[in-house]
Amino acid sequence: MPHAVAVTVNGTSYPREIEPTLLLVEYLRETLGLTGTHVGCDTSQCGACTVLVDGRATKACTMLAVQADGAEVITIEGLAKNGDMHPIQRAFAKEHALQCGFCTPGLMITAVDFLERNPSPSDAEIRHAIKGNLCRCTGYHNIVNAIRSASAEMRQSAGARPKVAAEVKR
Amino acid sequence: MTASTTPTYIGARVARKEDPRLITGEGTFTDDVTLPGMAYLTLVRSPHAHARIRRIDTTAAKKEPGVVAVFTGKDLEATGMLPVFITVPSMSGSKHMPIATDKARYAGDAVAAVVADSREAAKRAADLIAVDYEPLPIVVDAMKALEPGAPIVHEELGSNLVFTYPVKGGDIDKAFKDAEVKISQRIVNQRLIPNAIEPRAVTAKFEAGELTLWSTTQIPHFVQLIAALNLGLGQNKVRVIAPEVGGGFGSKLQVYAEELLVGFLAKTLGRPVKWTEERREGYLATIHGRDHVSDVELAAKRDGTILGLRVRTVANVGAYLQAFAPGIPTILHVFIVPGAYRIPAFDYEMRGAYTNTTPVDAYRGAGRPEAAYLIERMVDRLADEIRMDPAEVRRKNFIAADAFPFNTISGITYDSGNYEPALDRALAMADYKGFEKRRAEAKTRGNYRGIGISSYVEICGLAPSKVNAALGVGWGGYESARIRVHATGSVQVFTGTSPHGQGHETSWAQIAADALGISPNDIEVRHGDTFESPGMGVGTFGSRSLAVGGVAVHKAAEKVREKVVQIGAHLLEASPADVVVAGGKVFVKGVPEKAKNFGDISMAAYLANNLPEGMEPGLEATVYYDPPNFTFPFGTHIAEVEIDGETGTVQIVKYSACDDCGRQINPMIVEGQLHGGITQGIGQALYEGAVYDSDGQLLSGSMMEYHVPTAEDVPPFDLDSTETLTNTNPLGVKGIGEAGTIGSTPAAVNAVIDALSPLGIKHLDMPLTPEKLWRAIRASGEGRR
Amino acid sequence: MITHPFTYQAPTTIEEAVRALGGAGEAKVIAGGHSLLPLMKLGLAQPEMLVDLRRIASLGEIRTEADGTIAIGALATHRVITHDQTVRAKLTALAEAAGEVGDLQVRARGTIGGSLAHADPAADEPAPTIAFDATIRAVGPKGQRDIRARDYFKGTFETALAANEILVEIRFPAQPARTGSAYAKFAHPASRFAVTGVAAVVTIKSDGSVERAALGVTGAAAAAYRATEAERALTGTKGDAKAIAAAAAKAADGITALSDLVASSEYRKHLVTVYARRAIERAIERARA
Repeated sequence: MPHAVAVTVNGTSYPREIEPTLLLVEYLRETLGLTGTHVGCDTSQCGACTVLVDGRATKACTMLAVQADGAEVITIEGLAKNGDMHPIQRAFAKEHALQCGFCTPGLMITAVDFLERNPSPSDAEIRHAIKGNLCRCTGYHNIVNAIRSASAEMRQSAGARPKVAAEVKR
Repeated sequence: MTASTTPTYIGARVARKEDPRLITGEGTFTDDVTLPGMAYLTLVRSPHAHARIRRIDTTAAKKEPGVVAVFTGKDLEATGMLPVFITVPSMSGSKHMPIATDKARYAGDAVAAVVADSREAAKRAADLIAVDYEPLPIVVDAMKALEPGAPIVHEELGSNLVFTYPVKGGDIDKAFKDAEVKISQRIVNQRLIPNAIEPRAVTAKFEAGELTLWSTTQIPHFVQLIAALNLGLGQNKVRVIAPEVGGGFGSKLQVYAEELLVGFLAKTLGRPVKWTEERREGYLATIHGRDHVSDVELAAKRDGTILGLRVRTVANVGAYLQAFAPGIPTILHVFIVPGAYRIPAFDYEMRGAYTNTTPVDAYRGAGRPEAAYLIERMVDRLADEIRMDPAEVRRKNFIAADAFPFNTISGITYDSGNYEPALDRALAMADYKGFEKRRAEAKTRGNYRGIGISSYVEICGLAPSKVNAALGVGWGGYESARIRVHATGSVQVFTGTSPHGQGHETSWAQIAADALGISPNDIEVRHGDTFESPGMGVGTFGSRSLAVGGVAVHKAAEKVREKVVQIGAHLLEASPADVVVAGGKVFVKGVPEKAKNFGDISMAAYLANNLPEGMEPGLEATVYYDPPNFTFPFGTHIAEVEIDGETGTVQIVKYSACDDCGRQINPMIVEGQLHGGITQGIGQALYEGAVYDSDGQLLSGSMMEYHVPTAEDVPPFDLDSTETLTNTNPLGVKGIGEAGTIGSTPAAVNAVIDALSPLGIKHLDMPLTPEKLWRAIRASGEGRR
Repeated sequence: MITHPFTYQAPTTIEEAVRALGGAGEAKVIAGGHSLLPLMKLGLAQPEMLVDLRRIASLGEIRTEADGTIAIGALATHRVITHDQTVRAKLTALAEAAGEVGDLQVRARGTIGGSLAHADPAADEPAPTIAFDATIRAVGPKGQRDIRARDYFKGTFETALAANEILVEIRFPAQPARTGSAYAKFAHPASRFAVTGVAAVVTIKSDGSVERAALGVTGAAAAAYRATEAERALTGTKGDAKAIAAAAAKAADGITALSDLVASSEYRKHLVTVYARRAIERAIERARA
């Protein structure tokens, strides 16, 4: 039986009638046509489908779209603001942190969540944070560099406050 | 390099032109292509590794809502057989249909197909198809497959032997007679699962007699060729597009069943069709890599001089021969086994065997990692045996810098090389001299520390077409490029290569920019569309793209440049010899203030009313470049590891490498290729391995079981390079796509064995997992607990 | 892709959720979904109805009660638990175990209630839950009941929860002064579940000797268990290296260890003893700090 849901994706609310079986990633890719979020596995391992749901890095293959009713979702398509790339996007390009680009959106989204909670991470913390995102091209070396480089830029701009407290109330 | 201009962009860390779309989600991958009225294909795959198909009941599936059509193998024979592009002597080729008709030969072999209005409906219907199987005896192990009485995978071939491929040189009997040291070692190069993060996918539409097929492929032109031949279409009516492709590593270097099926079904059903692999499905139905068992004997003198190498290997090709499978364990493996060393006698016999497992083909390095691992392990075994520093054993046997071009004992000619400087640099980076102190310090913590060296040589630049023919490769080894300068001066490069992460759009633009004296920003590189390409492209694999495709771009750009010079000389009323093309300008040497813009020249070429006498209008050039030889990059990788004495867990604490791939077009991209390659090689050494049970069931059947390295599993990499140009091509370039994978596996394994050598451990098979090391430590009587 | 259809509701109160569960057909509770949805995608779970707890806001809270009990709502995510200052200070092993669950994304969405209700034998949080002698609070049609953690885990994917009960809270009793705890894990390299995870909770006397020790072990056997032999061996000792090693060596006594591609049962039992020692060492260090 279809459910009426309204998910806000990249700032726009999309009211849709969907089946409960629909995964969030299928809703994004197939219902809304936002194909920047990718599917790389079927066992919740690879992290290619990671999006922000109410600020939390979420594997969109492991969440039902109906569970996102009323939530705010940010996908790779919504990371840039008014044409200005997010620091993580600039850093990935600058540090050559992507090759084929398939895992890249998920990795950047995970990094955004991570850096908002840990603005000055060590390399070991960065590596731990992206353990749920598999990349077969880069060997992670430049991804670590990019996340470190983005953290420096994000620290300079304001607003990097821990969000964990807000999560408790949800 | 030809003396057209001083390199401005070649050698520079130019930011990638690919990135803006990929970091914003605007790239289009195959599964992103959705067409109106599209139907979805799902395949039913055999759960049995070997079973006769008695009957298939599709009645219930056909009744499932949303189902468009259900097919068995017999209904789809019109798609024709899957191609094999290489025929080696004595080869016993298998019949390989997209859907099995008589029996399933591996768990995952497709036996039926469902097309439905949605993926879900197709999948539900697939679950309703009842296949009556008669299970047959199963053979998984390649050695056992060649024993008398083994279950036969293809009855019509009479045995499981695919080929016997002998390569000999020198007097091997004498080598072993003269030997002061003989070392025998079984070396296993385990089966790997490629795991490109983008699963395979195919989408097709058939409109107005024309088939358009989007595919996750490294070789769109071969897909076009085979689809046209098999589906009975003119090649001009088959357009294959490899859009963004999410990694390949050889796993997308095929013409797969699904490509032919989706093309056939789109044509037959008259509506677009899509198939997208599920990851667990891919573990079964996308090719695997490696899987060699070698018995190796090395003859040497006590002073470390290698006298001879004898190898008997069985390569497991799986249930069917895939496109390049016959060439991987033979052409790309046997010839390079002598590696960086002068070996006077060589005797290699490679045999291939069919088994009831997923077909094996190219996985990053494809034959060369197996070779480097074999020789580099043996060199370390020798060093251990004669108590000599492994670095010195290497140095002693290296082919001397003044010996190039060097004819190897296996019968090929290395273009250029200078192995010692790369070794020395890597040793310095790794602080090799200070290592024993670190080993001792680790011991105080109950841990074992080791350092491992690997000095590899590999084969790139596949391949001279005549050599291809001599080796049994059924197609040329050239690459194509077309450069079109539009009237306004904007430039398009069309390449036959088909990148999937390698950054050709950037590197090719750098190459063309230097020849044309303009900026890479003003050059657009287009690839992966057979209707846009120069005609025929061979594709991206085997670290060939730069040394063949990049050189083709260079040559096409030189042709265009030559015409620019001619037109410039005409307009400037000067001799062509005095014309300079640089900085977007064309001018007479010494008179830059009277320059014509590059765009003025291109406009003149199309206005065509003031051109040199007899010159054709227009400004473009097409080149098919056929290389005169392979190229042979090399380098030394050094891994330092520490093993937890209690658990056997390995940590790579430092990784240093000095590679030489000739001239580097974009060092940033070169390093990126190395990072990824090294990580895959470390994956093989320590983490990865396909595991089958005796029933042919893949136990490591998903990302839940198979360990793809994560960011925490690999260290940062310390890289440097030397530059030894090749004379094979005018750019002096060799190739770097697989070097990391080839160099790193033996370095990591040698390090682990070095760590455990004080315990008397001589060799362990990969992957070097914690339990394996724990058991070895315990068996040595040294385990703390 | 999920091909098996089901109905879905997201009630706003526990009572409503319990009523929904009692309806016709096989119903399952869903929270973060990180245990259930992977099974549904593989077709290994095919519920006819999902009851989503996400709208029941009170289930996400972590609060300290007057007697020092720390009550963690079922919907608290692993990440919230990891970063909660009270949990970090008082239930360190739980914070560490939550911090080791899966990966960042799993921790950001997966919940402790979901993990305990699912009872995967390799889940992390069962280990500290039993080591801290927590109580599982469940609500069913007959009201609320508390189940001791040690009575709660019955086997692989088996708990004391009835099909129509909802796990609403995990209650950790106040720990005595001079108590330290730690969680040490050997992770499966691919799935990131625990091949072995040991939570040690140790209380020391003012003279530094061990007053009480509790060891919860996950990943090694069909269900998380208390290593009672090891606990007994450690209690009353000086808590020095020798005593710790002797106690840890007993941490796998009597179990039927799991076996898989990563670790045979023999190796797993060995890992239990190694990680027990590492967890005890850190726990005692913290108890003394």
